[in-house]
Amino acid sequence: EFRRFSLERSKPGKFEEFYGLLQHVHKIPNVDVLVGYTDIHGDLLPINNDDNYHKAVSTANPLLRIFIQRKEDADYSAFGTDTMTRKKNVLSNVLRPDNHKKKPHIVISMPQDFRPVSSIIDVDILPETHRRVRLYKYGTDKPLGFYIRDGSSVRVTPHGLEKVPGIFISRLVPGGLAQSTGLLAVNDEVLEVNGIEVSGKSLDQVTDMMIANSRNLIITVRPANQRNNVVRNSRTSGSSSQSTESSLPSSTPNILGNLLQGEEESDEEDIIIEDSGEPQQIPKAAPTSESIESLSQIELLHESTQNGFLPSSEMNLSHSAGSISMEYEAPEPGRKSLEEDGTIITL
Amino acid sequence: MRRFLRPGHDPVRERLKRDLFQFNKTVEHGFPHQPSALGYSPFLRLMAIGTRSGAIKLYGAPGVEFMGLHEENNTVMQIHFIPDQCQLVTLLDDNSLHLWSLKQHGGASELREEHRFTLKGPPGSPPSATQVTAVLPHSSREVLYLGTESGNIFVVELPSFQVLEDRTITPEAVLHRIPEDNCNRRSCELVEALREHPKNPDQILIGYSRALIVLWDLQNNKAIHHFLGSQQLENLYWQRDGSKFISCHYDGSYAQWPVSSDNRQSEPLENTVPYGPFPCKAISKIYWQTTKNGLPYIIFQGGMPRASYGDRHSISVIRGSQQTAFDFTSRVIDFFIIFSSDPAAEFDDPSALVVLAEEELVVIDLKSAGWPAVHPPYLASLHCSAITCSHHVSNIPLKLWERIISAGSKQNIHYSSMPWPIDGGTNIAPDPPQRDLLLTGHEDGTVRFWDASGVCLHLLYKLSTVRVFLTDADPNDNMNTVGEDEWPPLRKVGTFDPYSDDPRLGIQKIYLCKYSGYLAVAGTAGQVLVMELNDEDAEHVVDHAEADLLQDQEGYRWKGHEKLKTRDGPVRFEAGFQPFVLVQCQPPAVVTSLALHSEWKLVAFGTSHGFGLFDHQQKRLVFVKCTLHPSDQLALEGPLSRVKSLKKSLRQSFRRIRRSRVSSRKRRGGGGNASEVQEANAKFDQDALQEMELAPVQRKIEARSAEDSFTGFVRTLYFADTFLRDSSRHCPSLWAGTNGGTVYAFCLRVPPAERRMDEPVRAEQAKEIQLMHRAPVVGILVLDGRSTPLPEPLEVAHDLSKSPDMQGSHQLLVVSEEQFKVFTLPKVSSKLKLKLTALEGCRVRKVTVANFGSCKTDDYSENDLAVLTNLGDIQIISLPFLKLQIRYPCIRKEDVSGIASCVFTKYGQGFYLISPSEFERFSLSTKWLVEPRCIVDMPEVTSNNHVHNKSGTENAARKS
Repeated sequence: EFRRFSLERSKPGKFEEFYGLLQHVHKIPNVDVLVGYTDIHGDLLPINNDDNYHKAVSTANPLLRIFIQRKEDADYSAFGTDTMTRKKNVLSNVLRPDNHKKKPHIVISMPQDFRPVSSIIDVDILPETHRRVRLYKYGTDKPLGFYIRDGSSVRVTPHGLEKVPGIFISRLVPGGLAQSTGLLAVNDEVLEVNGIEVSGKSLDQVTDMMIANSRNLIITVRPANQRNNVVRNSRTSGSSSQSTESSLPSSTPNILGNLLQGEEESDEEDIIIEDSGEPQQIPKAAPTSESIESLSQIELLHESTQNGFLPSSEMNLSHSAGSISMEYEAPEPGRKSLEEDGTIITL
Repeated sequence: MRRFLRPGHDPVRERLKRDLFQFNKTVEHGFPHQPSALGYSPFLRLMAIGTRSGAIKLYGAPGVEFMGLHEENNTVMQIHFIPDQCQLVTLLDDNSLHLWSLKQHGGASELREEHRFTLKGPPGSPPSATQVTAVLPHSSREVLYLGTESGNIFVVELPSFQVLEDRTITPEAVLHRIPEDNCNRRSCELVEALREHPKNPDQILIGYSRALIVLWDLQNNKAIHHFLGSQQLENLYWQRDGSKFISCHYDGSYAQWPVSSDNRQSEPLENTVPYGPFPCKAISKIYWQTTKNGLPYIIFQGGMPRASYGDRHSISVIRGSQQTAFDFTSRVIDFFIIFSSDPAAEFDDPSALVVLAEEELVVIDLKSAGWPAVHPPYLASLHCSAITCSHHVSNIPLKLWERIISAGSKQNIHYSSMPWPIDGGTNIAPDPPQRDLLLTGHEDGTVRFWDASGVCLHLLYKLSTVRVFLTDADPNDNMNTVGEDEWPPLRKVGTFDPYSDDPRLGIQKIYLCKYSGYLAVAGTAGQVLVMELNDEDAEHVVDHAEADLLQDQEGYRWKGHEKLKTRDGPVRFEAGFQPFVLVQCQPPAVVTSLALHSEWKLVAFGTSHGFGLFDHQQKRLVFVKCTLHPSDQLALEGPLSRVKSLKKSLRQSFRRIRRSRVSSRKRRGGGGNASEVQEANAKFDQDALQEMELAPVQRKIEARSAEDSFTGFVRTLYFADTFLRDSSRHCPSLWAGTNGGTVYAFCLRVPPAERRMDEPVRAEQAKEIQLMHRAPVVGILVLDGRSTPLPEPLEVAHDLSKSPDMQGSHQLLVVSEEQFKVFTLPKVSSKLKLKLTALEGCRVRKVTVANFGSCKTDDYSENDLAVLTNLGDIQIISLPFLKLQIRYPCIRKEDVSGIASCVFTKYGQGFYLISPSEFERFSLSTKWLVEPRCIVDMPEVTSNNHVHNKSGTENAARKS
């Protein structure tokens, strides 16, 4: 069944509205469906949140091909890179293109159905000898479970080889998050913590930084074992690899698409108990005109151009919290609240 | 990462920042740590103190201060002013000599090092040949005489430090000119003292260690006289007219020698052991001072009976039948006498004895009967009992200031009324802009009030909380009572007394309301005292209440100290701050936070178990809140268990060290020849290295959880009149922040003034905020509608602050050790944050709101946060946008006690301890800067003064 309808490109609206519209035009109001589209590379990619919906609309040229599947008989593995051009190799994966034939088909649920606990990110911008690992403490009860120590590493400098002090992973706690991901190992050198270089910082400083970021820790390491490095594929086009719970074989292809890439720093939400009521997450205040002075406006602009993606999951979270007892102005995309991330901190 | 890119700089703001902020370390207050040398110039009337870290500090009239630091950081052994010059010479323990001068520069004098010099002997000579033991700056100001361990006396020219070799006085030359058989080469070893003749600059007295004393003629290079004592020589002193000199000795004796014109060996006129007949300790320095009315003063250091009083640090003053041995609590470094410096005067007429002890400076008035002590205007011993906390109050109203001074003056009646005798130089610094008080809490339960307005940190008043409690020590035990026929006639002087009767008395938190004169003080054993200023002595009962912070917690066992026992019945209090309410927390854990609201008459206090609110008007406990996490066993049991484990680990590490030493010795012993030993050593070192590599310092990376220890520890308390429940009505509120990142807000109902005594104060919990990063909350602040911090209680009532803006919406600023967060009120939603630790790896240790004025325009000022981090950096963060303005390195990050002691003022200055006895003062503001600025002018020198110079003797060499 094909339908064709028009959408205003400049104001795509929200995914939920779009989903409702699809159900409406197909006259399937109570059927759960999976929505996908073909991007410019011909890949079938999912549409399941505001982010990738907006991304999809923006790539329309001028037509956007949307695929709709009934959820219960959906072929999840149909999504992913190269899926449309090489339909037979549905399991092909950017990371390990050579092992796809041996692996049995494992049905995994949709990304929104489980929480990531770790990922390798920014593969495309880092040197191959480095690995940027993200640990999501928020999604698990496991302890982070690792120790760091002082050490020294050899660097190439303009004066030749030089021994410089460095920070290393000294121990992984069995059963801890760090160990279970398999992405960190003893003697890996820590280069950055959440984007901040650790060179010149003391062990205590780095410890404090890691603990302060413990809910969403991004560590860039130079693995002690350089044999398992990511072999870069020219077609990655910005998408990143990701591993999930250790219960899955680490080579399982897994299709999170670009959800991760633009995902907002999943910041901790403080909790408030009002008048001995139920604990609630503290929403973010919408910027009021009085609080945005010229300075902060510059930054808003700055920020929105920097982050191509807008946080949707977090907004939804705030919505649900807000609906209990608080009324507040829902932050509109583009007028993102002041306090999202680090940009406003530095002057 | 792209998120942390810096936006472009705003040039207007950058310029403004330069007008607002500037970092300076301005002055060091208190007593120098580890003093090692003392010098005095009667000509300049300046005193110099050298320290073991190589610092040299000059003091004159109050406000006249100079400081210099030797590059080598070596101990200063001796200080000698050059007669009639603005110059001084220091001798360090590396045998180097340094010439310093005071020069005027830009309208003020500065102390600068001009030259340095190390005496070098002929090649191949032992180091003792040139080891300087005595220094004599000659009154001609052209040469220095340097006595050495070898007995040689070298002559060096000033200021070039050129050695005049032909003028060296060798032991051989001396011996050659003494017609004495029983003198040999050994008699002339080690020069102990060099003294210039008071009337004849061509003669110097040389004292050798083995009791040979020679009067040397510099012109003709011959011995005029020689004197042979029987006991090892310690020091020499000329009498004013040059007819006699006095020598003091190792056996505790001193002798007077006449200097007659005939060339014969003299016998001493008098040889006495003042504290004999039993063996006595050495007299290391002695003065003989003549007076108009006949009886001379004999003043000497040491000489106590070895067996019974050998451990005393004493200086004895004898005048006729009057004799007192001043007894110091710490070692005497050196002393000098201030006497008539007019060269024409016939008598010395000493006015004051100035003693530098290891921990304090004591000045004794020698003119007044009873020889009372003089209250020093500077060099206060901040550590007479260890400092446990400090609190700064800016801009004290004149009325309160005067009342505190008057209370303090009643405590100081036993001090001499003599004006400060060391009064050289002129203070040209502008008058301090305002009256500032620094309050220090001490381990012995006292609070000291310091005038911190200017360069001289001066004690105004001392408050003791001990009287409220029953302690083992008898408060009537007066150490100064001396029995009539006590011998030796010891008299305790000074204030340094580091021994605390009971550590529970220690003061932990202080809060003073400068408008009402209410003072709240909290201590180590959970005691909270509220006091009121009373100008008269009074006897009254202190109302006593107990606050059970555990409430219904079961299974608890406090293993810490007991609470303090209180005195029953009325207690007599001297004029000053008198306690009227005592609240004791149960369990009696150390009070970790304190807040006082003088308008609402409420005091809030917190410990590791919870916090409470007390109504000190009705003397009623309003509520308590337990903040303990049930699983926090450590906090439940108190500090003891923790101490034990620390001890245990210390012991273990000591054992390990010992073991490794033993094993290394074994290996070394086993080796037959040198190479084997070497090999064993190398192997051992390698083993040790490997061991070190096996167990490196590790840090655990773990998210904080609610179950961590000491999460209930109350770190901060704050009163605010703000919109807690709804945006239409504001009400009094109390805010508390814990170590676990929890903020509690209580809505308070304080009855109006007319019914204040009739209706109870009510409190109800309105909010509880849990910061998910769970870092300790170290500061809470409410900003009004104009984003200005709420004023202090009574500030508005006294017309000293604009009333807060209650129209616009208020904001709550919560500062944790890791983040700054702004929330809206009354509906709590997060608005802004600055994640300090995540970005920089540093943590907030201290935070205060400070007002910064522009140095360019008088009418511009702004409020910012002054923040001290655990790395010792100071950062200024803007309000309300939380932007980092500027950062200065201030304290070394290893200096944990310095960082812990830091206190900020309201106008962008601060203090921190650089040693137990010294505060460093710093300023972040361009506008408020308190630093010494002074001039030392050369007094008029008459031309004939040269010959009759007297001051040279004062600076003569002394035993180091």
